[in-house]
Formats: sequence, structure tokens, C-alpha cells
Amino acid sequence: MFGFSVVVMAALYGLWWYAMRRDPGEISDQQAQRHQNRWVIWGGLALPIGSITLLLAFGIPAGHRMLPLPPAEGEALVIEVKAHQWFWQVRYPERDIELINALVIPANTPVDIHLTTADVIHSFWVPRLGGKLDTIPGRTNVLRLEADRTGDFHGQCAEFCGAGHAHMPFVVTAKSAEDYQQWLNNPDARTQGDRDD
Amino acid sequence: MTDPRARHQAFEKVWGNLPGFGTLAAVNHTSIGLRFMVTGMLFFLVGGLLAMLVRTQLALPEQEIIGPEAYNQFFTMHGTVMMFLFAIPVLEGLALYMIPKMIGARDLVFPRISSLGYYCYLFGGLIILSSLFLGIAPDSGWFMYTPLSSAEYAPGPGSDFWLLGITFVEISAMAAGIELTVSILRSRAPGMTLTRMPIFCWYILAMALMIIFGFPPLILGSILLELERAAGWPFFEVAGGGDPLLWQHLFWLFGHPEVYILFLPAAGIVSTLIPVFARRPLVGYRWIVLSILLIGFISFGLWVHHMFTVGIPQLAQAFFSVASMLVAVPTAIQVFAWLATLWTGRVAFSLPMLWIFGFLIIFVCGGLTGVMLALVPFNWQVHDTHFVVAHLHYVLVGGMFFPLMAGLYYWLPHISGRMPSERLGYWGFWLTFIGFNATFLLMHLTGLLGMPRRVYTYEAGLGWDWLNLLSSVGGFIMSAGIALILMDLLLHFRFGKPASRNPWNADTLEWATNTPPSAYNFGSIPDIDSRHPLWDDPGLPDSIAAGDHHIPEIDHGRRELLGTDAIGARVREVMHIPTNSWWPLCAALGLALVCISLLVRVYPLALFGLVIAGIFLFRWSWENGAHPKAAPLGVNERTDPPLHSRTTDGPGRWGMIVTLMADATLYLSLLFGWFYLWTVSPDWRLPEETRLSTSGLMATGVLLTLTVFRYRRLTERLRAGQDSGLWPASVQTSVLALLHLGSLIWVIASAGLEPGALAHDAVLSVMLYYLLFHSLVATLASLLQSARIKLGYVSAHLPYEAIVLKPFWIYTLAIFWISYTAFLLLPLAWGGSP
Repeated sequence: MFGFSVVVMAALYGLWWYAMRRDPGEISDQQAQRHQNRWVIWGGLALPIGSITLLLAFGIPAGHRMLPLPPAEGEALVIEVKAHQWFWQVRYPERDIELINALVIPANTPVDIHLTTADVIHSFWVPRLGGKLDTIPGRTNVLRLEADRTGDFHGQCAEFCGAGHAHMPFVVTAKSAEDYQQWLNNPDARTQGDRDD
Repeated sequence: MTDPRARHQAFEKVWGNLPGFGTLAAVNHTSIGLRFMVTGMLFFLVGGLLAMLVRTQLALPEQEIIGPEAYNQFFTMHGTVMMFLFAIPVLEGLALYMIPKMIGARDLVFPRISSLGYYCYLFGGLIILSSLFLGIAPDSGWFMYTPLSSAEYAPGPGSDFWLLGITFVEISAMAAGIELTVSILRSRAPGMTLTRMPIFCWYILAMALMIIFGFPPLILGSILLELERAAGWPFFEVAGGGDPLLWQHLFWLFGHPEVYILFLPAAGIVSTLIPVFARRPLVGYRWIVLSILLIGFISFGLWVHHMFTVGIPQLAQAFFSVASMLVAVPTAIQVFAWLATLWTGRVAFSLPMLWIFGFLIIFVCGGLTGVMLALVPFNWQVHDTHFVVAHLHYVLVGGMFFPLMAGLYYWLPHISGRMPSERLGYWGFWLTFIGFNATFLLMHLTGLLGMPRRVYTYEAGLGWDWLNLLSSVGGFIMSAGIALILMDLLLHFRFGKPASRNPWNADTLEWATNTPPSAYNFGSIPDIDSRHPLWDDPGLPDSIAAGDHHIPEIDHGRRELLGTDAIGARVREVMHIPTNSWWPLCAALGLALVCISLLVRVYPLALFGLVIAGIFLFRWSWENGAHPKAAPLGVNERTDPPLHSRTTDGPGRWGMIVTLMADATLYLSLLFGWFYLWTVSPDWRLPEETRLSTSGLMATGVLLTLTVFRYRRLTERLRAGQDSGLWPASVQTSVLALLHLGSLIWVIASAGLEPGALAHDAVLSVMLYYLLFHSLVATLASLLQSARIKLGYVSAHLPYEAIVLKPFWIYTLAIFWISYTAFLLLPLAWGGSP
């Protein structure tokens, strides 16, 4: 996508520069009309419509892959995240575990994050794991994530939420299946991040 | 009177502003347009200063120069000032200044409304700005998302300043939108058909129509949010049955067209300048007109792309994603039509062209990142990061500021009669251009590296440090460039070379006026038979000044315009327009009092302000038609063409209909809110029992229907030239109207709604007050009409005013029965109680 954009951009700049510099000689109105049709139809219609078609052909399937699958197609682990001014409260509904500003997930497993808010609109975002989704008062939004390796992933609030907006980071720790089970049985204090408000 | 100097003096006497402080009563479009532009530039400096403070804070990681509270105020105000107090008003000012000159008119058709618009803008802007100096500026972002901006999370007065101040400023945008639409459609020089109109006028016509349909949702949203904050009506609060997402819909329903409201006039400047410097008519005029209309149309279907991350259904996302990308098509048509014009022309390089070139480079880049952003998965990734900050500055600065600067350098000789300095201008351009790219090109990368927007500081070591530092340095280079431009601008008034008439050899009529222009623009109005009047006849300015064309007389002492029909521009009437007036200033002061007393929450004072503003506005409407200060019936009445107040289809009726289109958009937004909350709100609840008397409302509706039918018969008889029994008929209408008004007040007072507890009752109350407002205004206007009939200002010979009022009555009737159906009957049919 970037490569294509850069080519289009460079070509346009070049053409424009040449058009300003060139001496057309005497041009009759019929000739101007032909120029008009050529430029407008190829550049103004064909180019953008073609690019958009390509972009959508690639973009809509990618969007499908990123959306939560319908429940029938796979059971995902559910983690509840409630956003506050200005920290993240994380609950594992099946276990009695609560974390602040930290999530622990199994790697290579789809995880559904159920997002709610205690106050204003926030947005849950882990750049390396996927897109962001807002937390809206009165609603539960579901974001499906899957970490393809173990390790720590940084996340932060991505919707302006007041004075503490800059200080609302969190960490997602992806563990291997065994480590995750072990952690579930004995969630150690290290992952229980500090409440920062 | 053939002596040009004597003619000029006679015209200046009628058209000039009052001396000294009297200049505050000016209504002339040249004065008002310049005031808009100068005020806008001052606000631009304030907005720029705020940006510099923001960049200073972000230059290094973990700085504490400005705390988060002040930082949030600064970025909120930067966005607000730049959007609402700089970009829109400056473009409106340019349009107000330029449009009459381009279409060969002496002024806009509603000069007092221009003046009211300016004062609302000035006072509203000052009120908003004052919050910054009091340290209580809005700090919830320029988009004011609820609930962050609502009373619970923003208890200070900051949000109130935003909501009330912006709504006040909005009056000026609406005024300009209505006035420009009617002026472009009804006062073009004879023969200037729509297809011969300068391309800039097409752009402005589209902009004006977009303002008319784009701003009302924001105005409604602001009123609702302010009601929630001040009176606790829970439109956006889940607990009361409201929904915070309703605000986002209303805001972006305005916010996206807004981007094109800014882009279209700027593109209009580009389309005007390129043919002049390429010395070749614009290639693809019809293609461009088509693409302007397409942009205007599509831009209303895009708003949801600002909301891709709130969790909306996938189908809706796909739809808005495609619609967003489609905007690329009309934009590309324009870019390639400009390219083709340059291709077929021999380009004269000069300062305005340099800015156009800068525009192209930046705007194309911003457009391409825009197409990327329309792609939903990519949007999820970079939404609310610095990538979006970079994109929007490429689009807005590239798409609006650079063309504006091109236009400034192009039209400066027209405004001042002098040429600016080439050398300072070049330096100003290059510093601005380099500084801009240094700031924002890098910011794309900062965003891709994950830096979110609107954070007042960031940790070191995330890879953002050097990028931010370079962005800040770039910001300061750009400021230096703008300082140079400003210096050039100020110096040229003193030291600039006097400009020759039409220094760029342009083709459009604005260069046929004097430079600087005289208050009346044209001593006579020529017939137009092509798109390039000055290329066809370079002697046109002289024959216009000599009075060789239409309406050269001035001894009647009236300000006169030629009214032509909307499409074919055939002469229809002579419009007599008002002279200098203090009423707009008085009315704006009344409204400022309302705004300030709402801010400090002294509601009786607000009511008082509203009443005096209303009195001033009705007093203003009194000086119309055959009033001695307007155009009293004379012995030697002009009959061919007649004065507009002696006809039935003058500019007032057009203005009324365009205003009602805006009003209807506001009403539709309210209906949208009602159905949206009803179907989507997570916690929508109905009151336990029906409180509003359905039959009582039905009865008052019947009275209203009778009133309107009575009034309609009156106007039909007037149209047919009969005025026997006019006075009794008018009194009957007024009595019926008063009965309707009284019963409506009784129904509302006895309904016992609880707007503070339930969103349902809150929306219902807004609807009822909306109906009440219209009935009240229509009734008062009808009472005034009765008085004017008695005084002889309305008669078979003067049917104009009664016919202007008629659409308003019909609209009042329509919204009454639509509301009755949508708010009372439909919910009953669904099985709920209303």
C-alpha cells in the first residue's frame, strides 16, 4: 500500500512539474478538449477507482480476519477489562483473579476481551496485537486478540480521557500454555501492576 | 451626469459607511468581508501560539513545562480556534468580499445579516478566548466527547464556554451560508447563466449549501449537551436512558462535511488561479462542477468513519469505508483537470503559483494517507495516533491554508491597490513549506511507532524522542515563515508598489472594480455573455465606471442591485437593499448578553437578553419594503424592472426558504436523535404513564391548521392583486394564531414532563419547545404584518412581505403534524406509551 502510494505521489509531482514547465505551443480548443478527456478519464476516474477496488479487495478480508469470530466457530477465552480514570481493571470471570494495568494471556490462543468503562470513553489498544476498540458507557465491546509469540506487549489508552490520559499504560503478558495454566493456579504478585491514579 | 468623478462621489455618498464610530453600523460586504478576514487572522495567531506551546511541551520526553491540565486546554483550544474561529470565518470573509464582485453585483442581498454574522463571530470568539485567559478553557478536546465533557467529568465552566461560544459563532456561519446562496442564485449580472459563472462561485455555492445542511446537527448537539450540563436533561447519559454515542453521531454529522466546507473554497481558489497563470481557460469546467457537487453530496455520507473504533456493525463499517474512499474520485478529477490546464497553457511563475505548487505537494500526500485511513483494519491500527494528526494537518494546512495564502497574494493588490514584496514572499513560502514538512512528515512515523494523540508527555526510549524533537524544530521554522508573511503583509500597505488595474491579467469581474474597491463595486452592471468577460473585453472596467450599462442612476438615493433569475440570469427586478444600520450590532449585543448570562448561570438575565435581542430583530424587520427608510412608494415608481418589494418572488422569499432548509435539518437531527435513542440507547426507558395530553395537542393542532389556511387565503388574494378585506383577514389570522399559541402553552405546562429524569421526556420537551418557538415567532410576525397593513406598507401593490412570511407558517404547520406523528402516534403504534 505504501509503495503504491509513493509511486502515485511521485508520478503526480513529476507530471505537475513538467506541465508547469512545458511549452505547449499553440493549442486549439479541440486539442484542449482531447487533453481534457484524456487526463480526466484516466487520471480522475480510472486511477482512483482502480486503486480503491484493489485496496478493498485486500482490505475487507483483512478486516474480517481481525473481527471476533462468531461464537459457534470457536470458544475463546474471555477476559473482562473495565477502564477507569485512569487505570485498567482486569478480571478473569471464571477464576477469581483481578489485575490492575496488566493482562496475562496464553499465546497462540484467541482471547476475547470484553471492554466496559466505569466512567468516560477510553480505548483499549495493544499496537502489536491488533486494532483498538473503545470502551463506551452502557455497552460491552468485544475485541479478539491473539498473541503469536510469548512475551510482554505494551498497551495504552488511545482515546482522550482527561488529565491522566497520558498515564494509562498496561502490559499484556503472553505465556505458553503450561506457564499460563501454572499462573492461573498461582497468580503471583509481580503481574499485579500498580494502580496509578 | 456623465462626469465619472461626480458619478463616483454620488455613489459613494449613498454606498459609503458612516464616518468615525459610525463604521460599526456598516453593512457593506467589502467592509464586512475584510473584517471577517482580519479578525480570523488574529485568531489564527492565537491558535498558532497555542500550537507552539504544545510543540514546546512535546519536544523532549517527560517534560513538565506545561502540566496536563494546561496542556489539555491548549490542544483543545488550538483545534477549536483554528477550526471555528480561523478557518471557517476567513473563508466566509473571502466569499463575502469576493462573491458580489465576481458575479457583478454591488453588494450581497441581505447586508444587515452580514453585519449580524460578523458581530456574532467577533463576540462569540472573544467569549471563547476569554476562557483561556481566565484559565478555565475547555479541555475535553475540540470534539467534546461525552461523558468526558458532561457535568460529572468536566464540572468547570470550560465545556460551557465551548458549547455556548461555538453556537454563538455558528450563527455567523449560518448567516453567511444563507446569504451567499441567495446572492449567488438571485443577483448575478444579466446573462451570467449558471454555466457562465466563475468557477469560484460554484465552489462557494456548494460550500454555502453544505453549511446550511452541515451545521444544524452540531448546533442541535450543542444545545442538547448544554441542556444536559445546565439542567440535567440526560440526552447523553446512560443512567437516564440517553447514549453518549448520540453526541458522536451529531458531532461527526457536522464534522465531516466541515472538512469539505474548508476544502471547497480553497480548491476554488486553486481553480481560479491556475487558468489565470496558465493563461488558458480552465480545462474541464463541467467536470469540475460535477465533482464539486459530488463532493458535497458524498461528504454527508462519511461521518461514521470517525467512529470506526466504537464498535459498530461490520456492514456499516464496510459501507462507510467505501464511501470514504469514493471521495478520492471527485478530488482526483479536479487534480487532473488542473494538471490538464497547466499542460495546455504556458505558465507564468509567480508567488501565488508557488503556493499552489506547495498546496499540490502537501495535499496529494494528505489525500493518499486519507485513503489509507478509510481502510478499516488500518484505521483500527492508527486511529488516535500521531499518524492521524499528521494526516489531518496535511489535509487542512495543505488543502486550506496553502491555497488561502495563494489567494491572499493573488488578491492583495485588489484589496490594497499595492503589490507585496517578492523577496519576503519567497522566504515566507519556503520557511513555511520546509517547516511544515519537517513537523508533520515525520509525525506519520511517530504515529506508526505507536505514539497516541493528546498525551501531554511520553516516556523516553520508545523511539519517539528524536522524531518529536525534529517536529518541534519544524514547527518553529514554520512560525518564522508565517512571521515573515505577516511582516510582508503589513509593510506592503506602506511600501508596496502601486498595482496596475488587473495586474495578473485575470478574466473575472472582480478585477473590473477599482483597486482598492469602492463601496459600490460597479457604477453600472454589464451584460455578460461568456465565462471570461475581461479577456473578451479589456475595456469593460471603463465602460462600467462610465455608467454605460444597467442601473447607472443614483439620484434616487437607494442602494440598488439587479435581481436576475436563478438559472438563466434574466433581469427580474431591482432590489433595494438596506443602508448602514445599528440594529445588527444591537441584536448581537443582546445575544452576547444571553451567552454570558448562561455561562454564569443567571437565567433571568438570559431571558431578558433574549427578549431585547428579539425586540431589536423585529425592530430591524420593521425597516423594510415601503417603510420611509427603505423604499417608500413614490410618484415616479420604477416599473421595468420593478422594485423587488413590489413583486411576489423577491430575495426575501428565497432567503426564507433557504433558512427553513437549515431549520428543517435541525429538526431532522432531533428526529434522528429521537429514533436513535429509541432503538439503540442501551438503557432507554419509557415513563410509567402518559403525561402529555394527546387530545389537547390535537386541538391546538387544529387551531394551527385553521390559522395557516386563513393566512394562505390572504396571500393568494394578494397574489391575485386583491386587497379588499385584507386588514380583517389579517386580524382573524392573528387571533387564531394567538388562540393556538395559548393552547400550546397550556398543553406544555400541564404535561408534567420530567425532562430531568428521563431522556424520553427530555427529547419530548425539546420538541415541544421547538414547536412553541416557531408558533411564537410566526404569531409575532403576523401581528406585525397586521400593523403594517394598517400603515399601508402591505397592499395589493406591495404584496411582498406577506408572501415572505407564508413559507414560515407552512413550515410551522408541517413540523407540528410530523412531530405529532413521530413523537406521539408512532410510539403508540409500537405499543409503548408516548
